[in-house]
Amino acid sequence: MENAQLIAVLASIILQASPLIIAVCGEILTERSGVVNLSLDGTMLMAAMTAFVVGLKTDNIWLGFAAAAVIGAIFAAIVALGSIRLGQSQVAVGFVLALLGDDLSAFLGQNYTRMRGVSVPHYGIPVLKDIPVVGPILFDHDVVVYFAMALIVVTWWWLNRTQPGLKLRGSGERPTAAFARGVDVNRLRYLYTILGGALVGIAGAAFSLDVKIGWSDGHIRGTGWIALAIVIFGGWSPIRGAFGALLFGATKALATVLQRAFPEVSVVAFNSIPWILMILVLLAVGSDYTERFINAMPRGWQRPLRRVLRVSPPMALGTPFHEG
Amino acid sequence: MIQAPTGDRSRLWKLWPLVPISAALIFTSALLLLFDASPAEAYRAMWDGSFGGQDKILSVLAFWVPLLLASAGLVITFTAGLWNIGVEGQIILGAICASWVALNVNAPSGVLIPLEIVAAMVGGALWGGLSAVLKTRGKVNEIFSGLALNNLAIILTNYLISGPWQPPEGGSFRGTTPFQDAALWPRLLDSRFSPLSLLLAVAALVAVYFVLRGTTWGLKLKALGKNPYSAYLLGVSSERETILAMMFCGALAGLGGAVRVLSWFDSLRQSISGGIGFLALLIVMLAGYRILWVPLIAFFFSVVLNGSITLQLKTQLHSALGGILTGVMVLFVLLFGSARQLGLGGTQASAGGAPGTDLPDVTPADAITTDIPGGD
Repeated sequence: MENAQLIAVLASIILQASPLIIAVCGEILTERSGVVNLSLDGTMLMAAMTAFVVGLKTDNIWLGFAAAAVIGAIFAAIVALGSIRLGQSQVAVGFVLALLGDDLSAFLGQNYTRMRGVSVPHYGIPVLKDIPVVGPILFDHDVVVYFAMALIVVTWWWLNRTQPGLKLRGSGERPTAAFARGVDVNRLRYLYTILGGALVGIAGAAFSLDVKIGWSDGHIRGTGWIALAIVIFGGWSPIRGAFGALLFGATKALATVLQRAFPEVSVVAFNSIPWILMILVLLAVGSDYTERFINAMPRGWQRPLRRVLRVSPPMALGTPFHEG
Repeated sequence: MIQAPTGDRSRLWKLWPLVPISAALIFTSALLLLFDASPAEAYRAMWDGSFGGQDKILSVLAFWVPLLLASAGLVITFTAGLWNIGVEGQIILGAICASWVALNVNAPSGVLIPLEIVAAMVGGALWGGLSAVLKTRGKVNEIFSGLALNNLAIILTNYLISGPWQPPEGGSFRGTTPFQDAALWPRLLDSRFSPLSLLLAVAALVAVYFVLRGTTWGLKLKALGKNPYSAYLLGVSSERETILAMMFCGALAGLGGAVRVLSWFDSLRQSISGGIGFLALLIVMLAGYRILWVPLIAFFFSVVLNGSITLQLKTQLHSALGGILTGVMVLFVLLFGSARQLGLGGTQASAGGAPGTDLPDVTPADAITTDIPGGD
C-alpha cells in the first residue's frame, strides 16, 4: 500500500514536470544560440489559453497544440526581430511581451474560464508499463510525458553530437569565430529563437490540455519565470535542466504531502516554497561562497563538485552580433 | 549612420508620438471588434471612467501618485543598469510596514503619519536591498530575485490578512479591518486622493532629477549603467552603488505602498499593489529612462487604467484591455523607437519617449550578459 502511494507520487512528479521540461528545452535551444527570450511567462499563458480554446472549439487537441506552437513562435519572432533586426534590448522586449501576454490571455480568454474542455489521451506503453515499479512511474502516462522525455534526449543529442548543433553553440559562444567559419549567425539565431518559442508554446498547451486542464485568469502565471530560472540552474544543459524541473516538481509534491500531514501549518509556508527554492538554487550555482566551499574540499573532490555546483552561460548570451 | 536632420524630417519627428498611440488604439479596437463590442463606445466608457466627474478625476490623481513614486525610483535603478523587477514587492513591503504602524501605534496624526512614511520607506528599501545583496554577493540576477521576492511579498500579505491581522469578525480573505482615523492620510473631498501624497511624489521626482543632474552619486550611477567595467576602473564600487540604487528605489516604491494602504484604501488588502510596479516599469521604458517624461506618461497610464476599470463595470469586458493598450504602446516604442535604425530619424531628440542617442537603453542588455550567475 505504502509502495503504491509512493509510486503514484513519483508518477505525478514526472507528469507535473513534463511541461516545464518542454519549456526549458525550448529556451535552452534559444539561449545556446545567443538570444534570451524573457517572454516565457506571457507566451505560456497565451499559448495555454489558445490551446484550450482551439481544442474546445475544434474538439481536436492536436490543433490546440499546433495553435499554441504558432503563438509561441510569434512571440519569439518578435523578440528575435527586436534584438537582431532592430538592435533593441532583448530583456526589455521580452519583459514587455511577458506582461502583454498575460493581459492578452486574460482578455481573449475571458469567455472561456472554468469550462470543461478536451484533454490529452492517456497511453500506457505496452510491455514497458508492466515492468514492476519503473513501469507505472515512467511508462504509464499521457503522450505529453513521452514527448518531454524524447525532447530531453533529442535536444542533448542535437546540441552535443551533430554538426548543426555545433554551429548553434558556436553562434552562442563565439559568434565572430562561427561567422568566420561560414555560419550565418543571425539566421541561426532567428531559427532557434522561433523554434524554441514554438516549444515554449507547446509547453503552455501541455498545461491547459493535460497537466492543469482548463483555463482561468492567470492560469499558470509564474511558471514561465520558473522555467527561465531552471535554465540557469540547469547550466544550459537539457539533462540538467530536466533534473531541475523534476526537482521543482518533487518539491511541490512533497509540499502537498506535508500539507496533508500537518494541516495546522499555514498554506502560506507551502506556497512560498517554489520562490524560496528559486533564490536558493540560483545562489547555489552563482555565489562566490559556493566557490569557496568547493576550494575548501579535498583536491580530488573539487572537479566533480565544480561540475555539479557551478554553471556558465553561453559567452555571447544576450549580445547582438554584427557581421563584418 | 547619423544624418543631419533635414527640415522635413524634424517636422515628421514631432508627429512620432502619435504613431505608437495609434498603433495601440488600432490593436485594441481590433480586439474589441473581435468581441462584438463597439470601440467607440468602449473608449467613451474609458474616457467617462477617467474624466466623467470630479470623483473620477480625483481617482485618476490618486492612482497617479504611487505610479509616480515607483517610476521615480526606477529611473535611478535603470540609470545604474539594473532591472528592478522587484519594485512590485518593494511597494507591497512598504504597504505592509505602513500598515504595521497604523495597526500598532497609538498617536495623533501629526506623529503617526511621519512614522508611517518612515516605516514604509524602510520596508521598501530593505526589500530592494535584499535583491541587491543577492546580486552583488550571490550573483543572482536581480530579475529573478525580484520576481521571487514579489511573490513572497504577496504571500506574506495573504498570510497577514488571513492570520495575525485578520479582522476580529473573522475569516474574510480580503483585507484587514479599516485603520484608525488618525492613521489615514487627509483626503480631498471624500475621495481617495491625498494632496500630501502628491506633494511627496513631486518631492521624489525633483530629488531624482537633481541626483541625476548635479551630484557625484548620479554620475557614478550613470557610469555604472553605461559601462560597468570602466566604472570599476575609475573606482566606482559597483556593489555599493548597486545596493544604494536598489534601496533608494525601494524606499520610493515603499512610500507608494503607503499611499495605497493609507489613501487609496483604508486597510491592507489582498492585491494591495495590483501590478503598479509593473506599470511603473513600462512607464519608465516608455519615457526612455528620463525623469522629465515620467509625470506625463504616468498620468496617461493612470487615465487608461482607471478607464478600463469603468469599462469592465459598464460593459463586462475584461479590464486587461487597459494593460494591453499600454503594453502594445511600449512594445511598439521599444521595437521602433530609435527610428534611426530604420533610417528615418535625425539626431534630434524625439518627443515620444523614443530612446535618444546617449540613453542607457542598451545597458540592461549588457547587464544580463554580465550578471548571469557563474560567469567565470
